[in-house]
Amino acid sequence: MNKTVRTKNVIHMVKRGSISRAKAWMIRGIAVLLSLLVCAVVIVAITGDNPLSVYGGIVSGAVGSNRRLWVTIRESATLLVIAVGLTPAFKMRFWNLGGEGQVLMGGVATAAVMIYLGPLLQDWLLVILSLVGAALAGLLWGFLPAFFKAKFNTNESLFTLMMNYVAMQIVTFCIVLWEHPKGSNHVGVINQKGKEGWFPSLFGSEYMLDVILVAVITILVFWYLRYTKQGYELSVVGESVNTARYAGIEVKKVIVRTMLISSAICGIAGALIVGGASHTISTSTAGGRGFTAIIVAWLSQFNPYAMIAASVFLCFMQQGSIQIATQYGLNENASDIITGILLFFLIGCEFFVRYRLEVTKVEVTEAK
Amino acid sequence: MADAQYAIELRNVTKRFGEVVANDKVNMTLRKGEILSILGENGSGKTTLMNMLSGIYFPDEGEIFVNGKEVAIRSPRDAFALGIGMIHQHFKLINILTAAQNIILGLPGPQRLNMKKVCQEIDALTSKYGFELDPNMKIYDMSVSQKQTVEIVKVLYRGADILILDEPTAVLTPQETEKLFSVLRNMKKAGKSIIIITHKLNEVMEISDRVMVLRRGHYIDTVNTKDTNEAQLTDMMVGEHITLDIDRTQIDETYRRIDVRGLTVRNHEGLKVLDNVSFIARSGQILGVAGIAGSGQKELLEAIAGLQHAESGQILYRAPDGSVEELTEKTPKQIYDMNIRLSFVPEDRLGMGLVGSMDLTDNMMVRSYKKGHGPLADRKAPRHLAEEIVDKLGVVTPGISTPVRNLSGGNVQKVLVGREIASSPKVLMVAYPVRGLDINSAFAIYHLLNEQKEKGAAVICVGEDLDVLIQLCDRIMVLSEGTVAGIVDARKTTKEELGLLMTSGHHEGEDEKARAEEEKKRQEALRHE
Repeated sequence: MNKTVRTKNVIHMVKRGSISRAKAWMIRGIAVLLSLLVCAVVIVAITGDNPLSVYGGIVSGAVGSNRRLWVTIRESATLLVIAVGLTPAFKMRFWNLGGEGQVLMGGVATAAVMIYLGPLLQDWLLVILSLVGAALAGLLWGFLPAFFKAKFNTNESLFTLMMNYVAMQIVTFCIVLWEHPKGSNHVGVINQKGKEGWFPSLFGSEYMLDVILVAVITILVFWYLRYTKQGYELSVVGESVNTARYAGIEVKKVIVRTMLISSAICGIAGALIVGGASHTISTSTAGGRGFTAIIVAWLSQFNPYAMIAASVFLCFMQQGSIQIATQYGLNENASDIITGILLFFLIGCEFFVRYRLEVTKVEVTEAK
Repeated sequence: MADAQYAIELRNVTKRFGEVVANDKVNMTLRKGEILSILGENGSGKTTLMNMLSGIYFPDEGEIFVNGKEVAIRSPRDAFALGIGMIHQHFKLINILTAAQNIILGLPGPQRLNMKKVCQEIDALTSKYGFELDPNMKIYDMSVSQKQTVEIVKVLYRGADILILDEPTAVLTPQETEKLFSVLRNMKKAGKSIIIITHKLNEVMEISDRVMVLRRGHYIDTVNTKDTNEAQLTDMMVGEHITLDIDRTQIDETYRRIDVRGLTVRNHEGLKVLDNVSFIARSGQILGVAGIAGSGQKELLEAIAGLQHAESGQILYRAPDGSVEELTEKTPKQIYDMNIRLSFVPEDRLGMGLVGSMDLTDNMMVRSYKKGHGPLADRKAPRHLAEEIVDKLGVVTPGISTPVRNLSGGNVQKVLVGREIASSPKVLMVAYPVRGLDINSAFAIYHLLNEQKEKGAAVICVGEDLDVLIQLCDRIMVLSEGTVAGIVDARKTTKEELGLLMTSGHHEGEDEKARAEEEKKRQEALRHE
């Protein structure tokens, strides 16, 4: 038997022991630049215009006017608050994929308050009631999977995911109930005339209340995670249930409590969308933000500043590409494509933060 | 060159993981048609060595010969091509498939799958070696021993001549073990070469032709089973007598602190891991717990700490003021709320005792974060404690805000022991406190345990090094297969006596009854005391 020995190069993935913060951020920075580059190529391929003017269009779409700037801020704030809401659950390693449904239920509660109580109560009371109602509705949607997880150890990802579809069906039902005008299959703008239950304008901006609420919630959540005993408990549970039991933590209680907080905040996000922005309800009220927020929360690794940056970046590009789409006569999917490209690079780069690639030579003996 | 009479020959095989040397220049020979036992304590490198034969790891140095030819085994596929099949300790089966489907999984085959023929082939194999297996049974309907049978048949079906079994008896009842051994003997008769990894001496004596011993990654020796005995193997496994100088003070006034009475614990599989265990731990004494790994040490400590459900029995705590509290079935939180200062250094340091991703300060809080009123956690005191421990115990760390995961094993252990001692415990339980530590760190830990004993704590220390236990402890309790084989005075006992007690648990039948009687009497006596 003839044998030949040759060497060949093999690529290994090697887990990094540690990586300096600067290097990690450099990798992420490169990923952002690459994603912008690929976006440009795609946009140019579709529109045929030169990339600089396309990016000009994006910037102008996102912050080109006072109105556009505020819409981008509002969208960023909404995405941020959902991501903040998901954070406690994720820190506990509870895979809350039900943000979408929790937001929708919050929206339904807000719409119900506006429709049924709108003619009866003061505006400020309506806003408070819709926030409370939305939090409770979201909380209910989070309680069920948490309870079953704690009691029977059911899989929370499937449970929360399926709750999203239940929420959608409830919204569909409510649309039939509330449709206006009759037969349109839309709820239409609620209380268009008197604006009962709409979030009031503050400091001359109709979205200022959204921003303030989100800022307060964000600060509270990160304060809770960092400085309270409960925050400490949930991070121990997330790290190791065994350690938690050893430490005398009542794991089941912590699971339910944390999930209630998480889902209540997602519910409040529903109130921000319905009461503070769209003033209507439909099955697309949450608009996939419950899922995008998962990525925002993970991408920023629970760092609040990174979370703000990621939300703003994503919404900036989204709003910008909506502008591009109208400018060049594309449909709304163009913005989804852009978001997809961005996320691909942002998520993909985390691989290179954790691993490095090494090339080694091995000897291969081949029989002939 | 290599001798063709050997199915496998290893020469100077070395494998390192970072700075840890798992196997250091290990030599091994496996004759054709023999059963070779690989004996060694936990962490002695048995599984690593076998993983190199089955293609999971690739050796850093050394040569591997199969049937006299030098080979490079780069993947499990390479191993199969050479006729080497490994049955892992943790089964790798797909639950919702049948035995037959699992067995043919991953094999190339004809376009159209003929399950009937496959089942016939499997039946032929099983009847040849004396297995009992229904090829159409789903894995989730199977007992642990049936799953193991599937794993073995899977390997045989692929035409393996050399079988490696990693701790196959760890999950089996004595009857199932007997059945497995008879199958192994049949395979041997059919000319298969078999390696069996174990640390149960009686099984080694029963099944193997030769025994190879590893200790801390080093090759010690290979001996013929018929020329050796359990005592000699124990010596080889745990090492030569090293003179240690551990200061042992005798405390004159000792009090009962922990009473364990008739404690019985079952594991997930429903097997008794602790069977009617009774003992007393006294203040001002170190009670050593010896035994072959997996004799119930872990469950014993966890049951006292409130982490393990007890099927029956009682655990009592006697406070210094004379009051008696029942600890049985209390959660750690309840024990904490009862203000009983019970410290526990578990075997699994980063999986239970500490949180790997958290820094030293946050790890100091694990047991005490509830202290103080109000919703806020105090981090000031833990930070001081962390600084104190780093300073006093000489923990090597870049700072107290380093995640403990990044520290070396010895430093992790110092952090953990330091924290548990800081609450000046009345009861201190430690499991394998010096495992993986260098000699200086080990002595630092012994010193800390002695200090606690002198302060009047009841110390319970689970250890694996008998020499150390004999020198460190006041009394030593030997566990054997979940029962108390004996409690001896550490100042008077010998390693040989302990070794015999350690392996005494498998004499069942008549003995069992006699012991049960004895146990009853002892309990009576305890109650009257």
